[in-house]
Amino acid sequence: MANVPEDLHYSKDHEWVRVEGDLAVIGITDYAQDSLGDVVYVELPKTGEEFAPSESFGSVESVKAVSEVFTPISGAVASINESLADEPEKVNSDPYGSGWMIKLRMSKPSEVDSLLTAAEYEDFTKAEKE
Amino acid sequence: MPDKTPLNALHREAQARMVDFGGWDMPVQYPAGTIEEHLRTRNHAGLFDVSHMGEIDVRGADAISFVNTLTSNDVTKLIDGQAQYSALTTPTGTVVDDLLVYRFAADHLLLVVNAGTTEKDWEWITSHHDGESVELNNVSAEYCQIALQGPEALSILQQLTETPLATIKYYHFTQGKLNGVASIISRTGYTGEDGFEIYASPNKAEQLWNKLLETGKMGQADGVLPCGLAARNTLRLEAGMSLYGHEIDESTTLLEANLGWICKLDKGDFIGREPLAQQKEAGVKKRLVGFEVTERGIARDDQEVVIGDHRVGKVTSGSPAPFLKKNIGFAYVPAEHAAVGGEIKIDVRGRLIAAQIVKTPFYKRSR
Repeated sequence: MANVPEDLHYSKDHEWVRVEGDLAVIGITDYAQDSLGDVVYVELPKTGEEFAPSESFGSVESVKAVSEVFTPISGAVASINESLADEPEKVNSDPYGSGWMIKLRMSKPSEVDSLLTAAEYEDFTKAEKE
Repeated sequence: MPDKTPLNALHREAQARMVDFGGWDMPVQYPAGTIEEHLRTRNHAGLFDVSHMGEIDVRGADAISFVNTLTSNDVTKLIDGQAQYSALTTPTGTVVDDLLVYRFAADHLLLVVNAGTTEKDWEWITSHHDGESVELNNVSAEYCQIALQGPEALSILQQLTETPLATIKYYHFTQGKLNGVASIISRTGYTGEDGFEIYASPNKAEQLWNKLLETGKMGQADGVLPCGLAARNTLRLEAGMSLYGHEIDESTTLLEANLGWICKLDKGDFIGREPLAQQKEAGVKKRLVGFEVTERGIARDDQEVVIGDHRVGKVTSGSPAPFLKKNIGFAYVPAEHAAVGGEIKIDVRGRLIAAQIVKTPFYKRSR
């Protein structure tokens, strides 16, 4: 069973958001990393780039497939997880921790409210599996 | 509903991720993951269910001459107990399918073909049957096929049989009992490693599979691992082997695909011989090359190859290579740009990344 921490917000594109002040930390969920398989390459945006909700901000590649990753909310990139360049496998081993991808400075923090709760996301992945 | 191999229930029990492959419900990876499956096969042993492959039995006095007119390699060179890599060719020298031809006797051959093309091949072969003394049977459902590959394949398999295996040469086979099960034991494979492909009755598949995993000490760090189609693909790619529908198909000739070595133009007539002979004389216009990506990024199937300002070809297979730890691929390029060392670019979703043409196979095992 995929791990879905209670304290995060989720998108239907399988990203998670952790709010830290006016920053939103973003990564992909345990369910998403498990579906992808061994992550071998992560492409991330540059600091300062601005994104609207549901915009592609990069890609995650496994041996078999490429998957785009989308910003659940709007904002400008405050920092990226540069360690993923050398250790992309952190996305598999610790998707909610050291496998985080970007931090956005939120332009509309209220957008977070429209994201899925942990329970809603769990139901969503169950439905998607069936 | 996709077809199922006799090992389907075991794959699901082992929590493999299943995909539809050429109309078959197949494991793409097991919980260990593609990279670990790939490395385990290179370093120890991997076990593959390849029961989806098709088998066509050819018997009769004209078996050899009949198959020799349909395929590009020279069937007359085979001896009993030997196998040959070959291709079914179209009248223009392109490829209906690639296959293995097994010779059991002068009047008995077995053709092992790709899963997704078995029906097409069967139609093609039977449509060319015109009075020759051969009996053709699609016996795909009568065999399971299991591949045990890797440096430890021999020592694992030998524990299950009294038939001496070390003396079976590469691309030769024998018939014997494995764990009491009547089997064809063939020293062939699709990984670039030493190993065996085993053909047996489908109702013995589970028994053989479980015994091979147990004998190979699955669960230990240096034990055998069951491997899915994703590892099978990365292993064959590193080993520089073609995959039907990617490097070869009905739009590319054997010579363009660098398969001149299975094109025996002087063996006598076969379908497509004349255009292949002409192309050999005139030279090919495009050629399959291997490449290594030289900057960050991964080339993928169907992406375009760019030289200068020109889009000159396409990637046929592109992937990370887990053992070599490089990003590699095959692509078709104009023949004048096919030299080893040449610089090309690959259009990776709008970004041009640099790659260099390299010799294939990308990986060669030390013997």
